[in-house]
Amino acid sequence: MRKFIDKIKPAFEKGGRFGFLHSTFDAFESFLYVPDTVTRKGAHIRDCVDLKRIMIIMVLALVPAMLFGIWNTGFQHKLAFGLEEWGFWNIVGYGLVKVIPLYLVSYIVGLAIEFISAQIRGHEVNEGYLVTGMIIPLIVPADVPLWMLALAVAFAVILGKEVFGGTGMNIWNPALLARAFLFFSYPSTMSGDTIWTPGMTRYLAEGKAFACGNGLVDGFSGATPLAHPSVDGLQTAGTSLWDLVAGIIPGCVGETSVIAILIGAIVLIWTGVASWKIMLSSVIGGLAMGYLGFAVGATDLPGYWQLAMGGFLFGTVFMATDPVTSAQTETGKWIYGFLVGALAVTVRLFNPGYPEGMMLAILLMNTFAPLIDHYVINGAISRRTRKIKTA
Amino acid sequence: MSNIIELKQGLDIPIAGSAVPKAKKVITPDTIAVKPVDFRGLIPRLLVREGDTLLAGSPVFADKVTPEILFTSPVSGTVSEIVRGEKRKLLEIRIKADKEQKSVDFGAAKPNALDEAGIKEKLLKSGLWPALVQRPYGIIAKPADKPKAIFISAFSTAPLAADLEFTLKDEFENIQTGINVLNRLTKGGVHVSFHRETYSSSPFHKLENIVPHIFGGKHPAGNVGVQISHISPIVKGDVVWTVSLTMTAAIGKLFNTGRYDMTRLVAVTGPEAKEPSYVKGIAGMSMNDIREFCNTDTGIRFISGDVLTGTNVGSDGFLGFFDNQITLVKEGNEHELFGWAKPFRSSQFSASHTYFSWLTPKKKYSLDTNLHGGPRAFVMSDVYSKVLPMDIFPVYLIKACMAGNIDKMEQFGIYEVIEEDLALCEYVCPSKIEIQSILSDGINLMLKEMA
Repeated sequence: MRKFIDKIKPAFEKGGRFGFLHSTFDAFESFLYVPDTVTRKGAHIRDCVDLKRIMIIMVLALVPAMLFGIWNTGFQHKLAFGLEEWGFWNIVGYGLVKVIPLYLVSYIVGLAIEFISAQIRGHEVNEGYLVTGMIIPLIVPADVPLWMLALAVAFAVILGKEVFGGTGMNIWNPALLARAFLFFSYPSTMSGDTIWTPGMTRYLAEGKAFACGNGLVDGFSGATPLAHPSVDGLQTAGTSLWDLVAGIIPGCVGETSVIAILIGAIVLIWTGVASWKIMLSSVIGGLAMGYLGFAVGATDLPGYWQLAMGGFLFGTVFMATDPVTSAQTETGKWIYGFLVGALAVTVRLFNPGYPEGMMLAILLMNTFAPLIDHYVINGAISRRTRKIKTA
Repeated sequence: MSNIIELKQGLDIPIAGSAVPKAKKVITPDTIAVKPVDFRGLIPRLLVREGDTLLAGSPVFADKVTPEILFTSPVSGTVSEIVRGEKRKLLEIRIKADKEQKSVDFGAAKPNALDEAGIKEKLLKSGLWPALVQRPYGIIAKPADKPKAIFISAFSTAPLAADLEFTLKDEFENIQTGINVLNRLTKGGVHVSFHRETYSSSPFHKLENIVPHIFGGKHPAGNVGVQISHISPIVKGDVVWTVSLTMTAAIGKLFNTGRYDMTRLVAVTGPEAKEPSYVKGIAGMSMNDIREFCNTDTGIRFISGDVLTGTNVGSDGFLGFFDNQITLVKEGNEHELFGWAKPFRSSQFSASHTYFSWLTPKKKYSLDTNLHGGPRAFVMSDVYSKVLPMDIFPVYLIKACMAGNIDKMEQFGIYEVIEEDLALCEYVCPSKIEIQSILSDGINLMLKEMA
């Protein structure tokens, strides 16, 4: 294979027949082989870690959440339509049918834009989208129409990333931008009680759900726990804390299971790919606000419920920690994480219009991360100047 | 005794091929080279022509801006070739050595018997003045300056670095004289830093007229710039000088014997070195003289210095003025199938936990020069501070250098660092950014703008 690549390589080089596809060729080549480039300036040897490795670790960390999401998609469908006879493979099969198209759309649209813009700029294709493309299907409801998803992905990649210059230059987390785009452009399909259960949209439109003629089970609500965040509300819906931790509740594809997300978190923290400071401080911020709300009577759920519900943990572990859009300084990370957690719960508790605050909290703090860093650095510099003067 | 300054951040790269403390060979130089490119920002004025005969210590070129600063020949012989690069930039002056070596006699002298001007003149005439390096910027010290203090690091933590206790074991007297000389050039004292583990066993702790400091930790704890930032950080307007211990010995030799003597023990190291050990060599010696240390004939990079900061001189190149180490590493110009995706990649080392090299902390690796990835924008933010035990923000400093923003460069501590201090940041960078070269451009811009 190496010989074949070396043989066709000249055609893709500058001046070659397919010279205009240089970045594309390069992307595929460097995907298969670590390039043979050697150091020219500076340090003669380099660490063998590169961004591809970091991104693939990130993707691996998302796999538990994705696998669980596939299962849960089928499981929620089974619950909603009372498909008692469905076994494990039926559930997974239905989940795959729902989730795989989301991935196809996400990767095809996103990577196509990524390749084209790399080609236009003459850069190497950046591997950042591998992670973004992995996250996007996990933070949308399984029933989202595919054309909307395609539009959202295009919006996020073009306006969220490429106009700033690609991975490493963007201000906002592209995956969250895609979700925000869906949320604000098509609120009717991104909120309410019916979107969260897979197969429901089709049922409402055509009167039958995929693969079965069953109607809805009696007493079905379809609402996520966030729609009725109170002791009574959860009791009526029959949702226990264990359901939340295991993730057998309706919600976005990958956000429901605390356990799956924590497995990912362990991988990320141990490999150092994501900052444990941001995760910890975000959890602290969420707990602090959760208990404050509990104390003043905004909710009757103790603070730890806030961590288990909705996309709080998923956002904390996989999206608030995005190294590009989060705070860059170590002190800044503590402040940033705390505010993400606190804001997310604040929106949940005090704004009835938005049951989930995680997306808005992270996007808002992405915006303010450079400001936090600015003050942290200025503070460090002036503290230091004072120290040197007195010494 | 001063306190131990323990540095937490840092990294000792486990590269194979450290030299055993044994001098295997005495090199009789054939052709050597004096290289103006060893000195930052130097504009040389050539003083010799091809065919001129020189003694060891005869001037070869001078600094165009400060013509008193002379650069002299380490051997007696004939100028055989003057090598110029693009735009006729002076690269090397090659000198064919005589069979019998003769030196200029600069006259032995007790440092205390001379006044400051006399000491400076002796250093300038002999060609040892360029051994004094100024911080900020890492340029040759200006003879008119009176530095705040002079700093010497008595140990090196660089990968496979020569063991100074071995290379300078017979030079104690010379080092002491050198320190006495340096003491005459500053009022702030000569600060010498030792390593915690070797301090009490090191012969150098008996040195007098010094301000001792003790450091502990991994590389770059031995970098003088890192030490200065913990002893007395450089702020705008400060000028301090640094001298390597090897050069201090050479200065001492000048005052003890009256000769410009650049012979030194040089460590031949690296994964591609056969039986890595020391040779008795000289500044400017040719790589041809250590050819028998190479494992193979082709595909080897000859580095004058260490793998992080050294210069790729090529198989016909010459040892740098300051270097006491040659590192031989393999050129990694090979494609590796699915390298980044393999779960295990046991022949490679990574400081991060994304590979499994943390499971084998004692293992030494035959690292090569492969870049292991393509250049990208800055993405990771916390990998750099883990290997930089200084109170600065490396990413912000580098970005300021890229933008050429002088105010920001000042704020972020450009005065405190030179390339070698950020070399480890470059090593660990997953975005493969050429940090040292960007910093270099930044420093050059500062030199131009602040002149």
